[in-house]
Amino acid sequence: MAIEGADLIKAAAFLGAGLSMGLGAIGPGVGEGMVAAKACEAIGKNPKEAGLLTRTMLVGQAVSESTGIYSLVIALLLLFVV
Amino acid sequence: MAFENLSWIQLAAFSGGGLAMGLGAVGAAIGEGYTAAQANMAVSRNPEISGDIFKNMLVGQAVAESASIFALVIAILLLFLDVPNPNLIDAAALFGAGICMGLGAVGSGMGSGYPGGQACFGISRQPGAASKLTTNMLIGSAVCQTPAIFSMVVALMLMFMDFGNAPLQPTWAALIGAGLSTGLAAIGSGYGGGLAAGASCEGIARQPETVGNVTTTMLVGQAVAQTPSIFGLLVSFILMFKVFPESSSLAAAMALLGAGVSTGFGGIGPGIGNGMAAEGAVRWVARNVQSAGELMRIMLVGQAVSQSTAIYAMVVSLVLIFVV
Repeated sequence: MAIEGADLIKAAAFLGAGLSMGLGAIGPGVGEGMVAAKACEAIGKNPKEAGLLTRTMLVGQAVSESTGIYSLVIALLLLFVV
Repeated sequence: MAFENLSWIQLAAFSGGGLAMGLGAVGAAIGEGYTAAQANMAVSRNPEISGDIFKNMLVGQAVAESASIFALVIAILLLFLDVPNPNLIDAAALFGAGICMGLGAVGSGMGSGYPGGQACFGISRQPGAASKLTTNMLIGSAVCQTPAIFSMVVALMLMFMDFGNAPLQPTWAALIGAGLSTGLAAIGSGYGGGLAAGASCEGIARQPETVGNVTTTMLVGQAVAQTPSIFGLLVSFILMFKVFPESSSLAAAMALLGAGVSTGFGGIGPGIGNGMAAEGAVRWVARNVQSAGELMRIMLVGQAVSQSTAIYAMVVSLVLIFVV
């Protein structure tokens, strides 16, 4: 099997896309889970503020999500652009 | 240096078997250690009922052990498997089976230690609730085993399905990717399910009358936490059953390996995160049962957001398999 340069680069881009999205998904997943756990704790302590707490939780999770979206962007760039 | 096909297959089967048992021993040992540590704390707190605590500890540890027993079975099968028609593709399948089972047992073993430990400690606090605690512990830790069972299913399929007619290039990468996808994704789901189950045993010990609400919230939370490992299983099935055209290019193989790696690693974080969200909800359902509906709602919203990265990872995998 003769591997040419272009093939090797394509291969690295595909494997890199998988690694980028796979490893990049770990942090946001854990971080957003922590946010949700603490939001549950807060609602348990003070159920009257459920609306405010849901909003705060979602904004916090959206910020935590951003690194996952960066990984997705890089993965798609590796797949279709590079 | 030319080897015969059989040598390659044995090389793959033996190293896969070693990895299956080596990795497979990690999780169960940690989980059982946690159970025993909590049981010691429980006995020092309430020595009169040490017999009940001891019994509960052994039952909890026996369930946590099952993940590593699955790994032992797969490792022994890999060591003594008879391959009638040695084909190079079987080497990839057997190695994939070994890493799938080894990685898949880590999370389930670690996770099912939590309900065991919390149930032992709970019995020392509320000896009257012992039977409720043991029942809840068994339900919770049985659900934690699901990702390890998924891994065992994929490992057995990789070992016993006939891939002889598939082209070696790029199917070898698809089979190793299939093992990685389910194996890695199972780590997060198993561990996350255990967090939720542990919190439910702790909560029942605190407020035994909330057992219905607590168990329901735990089961819903654990079911959502299983989703990343189901994504992993789905991608593994596609990689095992789809027929890939023969291609000598390395890129075609790496796309399939990348698909497995993406969903596999991508499932770890959301699995643990969903478990944390469920843990928080279950803990507070026990303390504030009037808000159980509100807590269930916010748990599901939080888990859905945490799930999104696992979905991105699956989308990238599907693009790698079907588009590029």
